[in-house]
Amino acid sequence: MEPTALERALDQLDGAVASVRAAMENLQAAEVADAAGALAHGASGGAIDPFVFRLAIFVLAIFVGYYVVWSVTPALHTPLMSVTNAISSVIVVGALLAVGISASGLATGFGFVALVLASVNIFGGFLVTSRMLAMYKKKDK
Amino acid sequence: MSANLASFLYLVSGVLFIMALRGLSHPTTSRKGNLYGMAGMAIAIVTTLVYATPSFNGFVLIVAGIALGGGIGAVIARRIAMTAMPQLVAAFHSLVGLAAVMVAAAAMYAPESFGIGTVGAIHAQALVEMSLGVAIGAITFTGSIIAFLKLDGRMSGKPILLPMRHIVNAGLAIALVVLIVLLVTTQSTTVFWMIVAASLVLGVLIIVPIGGADMPVVVSMLNSYSGWAAAGIGFTLGNLALIITGALVGSSGAILSYIMCKGMNRSFISVILGGFGGETAAASDDGIERTVKQGSADDAAYLMANAQKVIIVPGYGMAVAQAQHAVRELADKLKEAGVEVKYAIHPVAGRMPGHMNVLLAEAQVPYDEVFELEDINSEFAQADVAYVIGANDVTNPAARDDKASPIYGMPILEVDKARTCLFVKRSLGSGYAGIDNTLFYKDGTMMLLGDAKKMTDDIVKAMEH
Repeated sequence: MEPTALERALDQLDGAVASVRAAMENLQAAEVADAAGALAHGASGGAIDPFVFRLAIFVLAIFVGYYVVWSVTPALHTPLMSVTNAISSVIVVGALLAVGISASGLATGFGFVALVLASVNIFGGFLVTSRMLAMYKKKDK
Repeated sequence: MSANLASFLYLVSGVLFIMALRGLSHPTTSRKGNLYGMAGMAIAIVTTLVYATPSFNGFVLIVAGIALGGGIGAVIARRIAMTAMPQLVAAFHSLVGLAAVMVAAAAMYAPESFGIGTVGAIHAQALVEMSLGVAIGAITFTGSIIAFLKLDGRMSGKPILLPMRHIVNAGLAIALVVLIVLLVTTQSTTVFWMIVAASLVLGVLIIVPIGGADMPVVVSMLNSYSGWAAAGIGFTLGNLALIITGALVGSSGAILSYIMCKGMNRSFISVILGGFGGETAAASDDGIERTVKQGSADDAAYLMANAQKVIIVPGYGMAVAQAQHAVRELADKLKEAGVEVKYAIHPVAGRMPGHMNVLLAEAQVPYDEVFELEDINSEFAQADVAYVIGANDVTNPAARDDKASPIYGMPILEVDKARTCLFVKRSLGSGYAGIDNTLFYKDGTMMLLGDAKKMTDDIVKAMEH
């Protein structure tokens, strides 16, 4: 009966090897699943640095700007400059943060200067643009 | 207000800014576009105030700052003469540049308020974005001041060529890169101010060698820079409205620079390297005796009143002489007499893109009588009179015929094809680019020497009797 015992032992070994192999395969599968999960997560926006999204918006906005500005009639190029000038003063949001909530006196000072400059631009830019645009009239018939 | 809602509202204001620019595709939609722009700005400001609620003192300061700046801006916008628009736009660009520097400085001293770290431990990425914003902002600031001084006539429009300027500029650019790396590694405010200082100097050096005739490119380029500076700060703050606006303004200015360069047939690089105008003035003297036919206001009135079609070509000289209203009166008189009147505008006429259109609009010239170069150039051959008022280089046939001319290849308004070309000019000197105009010596050209406004007024008077 000894060979049977040996056979049994061998069988058990085979079984053990098979189960280890199966376990290994399971493990690999699990790893793949994990990686796939991470990828899907990444594609939906989870693991990516917000900078990448900002950059994407920036690049797309450049293209939007490109097509929109080409559609501007040359007669309105001066108002285009004054209005772009006014909207770039949206930098005022940075100034508002500095003045409104900063703890440091220096930062508040810098923010205040920025706030005044940007306000000059916002009011001056939009008002001068509307003054210009009000002048463009069609032939009265 | 949650951060998500705030971001969403910033996105809305960015979209409103896009619609503001879109409105400018036609004069009738432009006024609504401007309102979209104002709405976008209001949303951005209110969102910021609600999201990051200021302390009471902070709020008082904010109201004071907006009232002070807004008051100054409103007064300027109301009082400024339309002829001074190029200077005004240059001055406004400098303010955006300085505001970008100031916001970055505030972020440097109080990074917690901007959520980019703590003093001495600001995120490296934020520092890089910030230094780009601050460097471009500082260049915009001093560059625009020089452009303002040149446009306002407080500084000569002649290019100032410093020795070794290209090497100095390249050196400064390299120094900037090194300083930015240093800023990220040391977090030192001294390095921050060194970046500011180097950029301020660079701004002056970049614009000083560029001549007055190239100012349309410079103004557009600085417009573009102010956008990129805003975008840099937008990345630091993670603010969508700023990022979108920066991209819009940046590409808008870049496109305008491109259109201006094309209008002069010059490459952007050659404009930036500067030195155009002034040096070339001597080349025009070829020793040939040439005669010029001069006329009076009465001659001009007779010619125009008997014409069927008159095309008016305004240029910078019309702006200087404030002659736009007189020109409109002349056109009215001609139209009464049954003459067809059109206006032709070269892309680089004046000192900024669209400069002439605004002046004519101010004088209540209907915009559908005003045409761009490519739309009207073929009509000069059928016109009896081309009335050139204060435009010089953009009408110079040498740009078309003379391969040796420094402006060869530049598209011109072909006023020499009209039966008679009446050319109003203060004296027989060369134009801003310092190039002799061969148009003066053509058979069909009659020079009307005198101030543009006075000459036009005299012609109107002469037509009355």
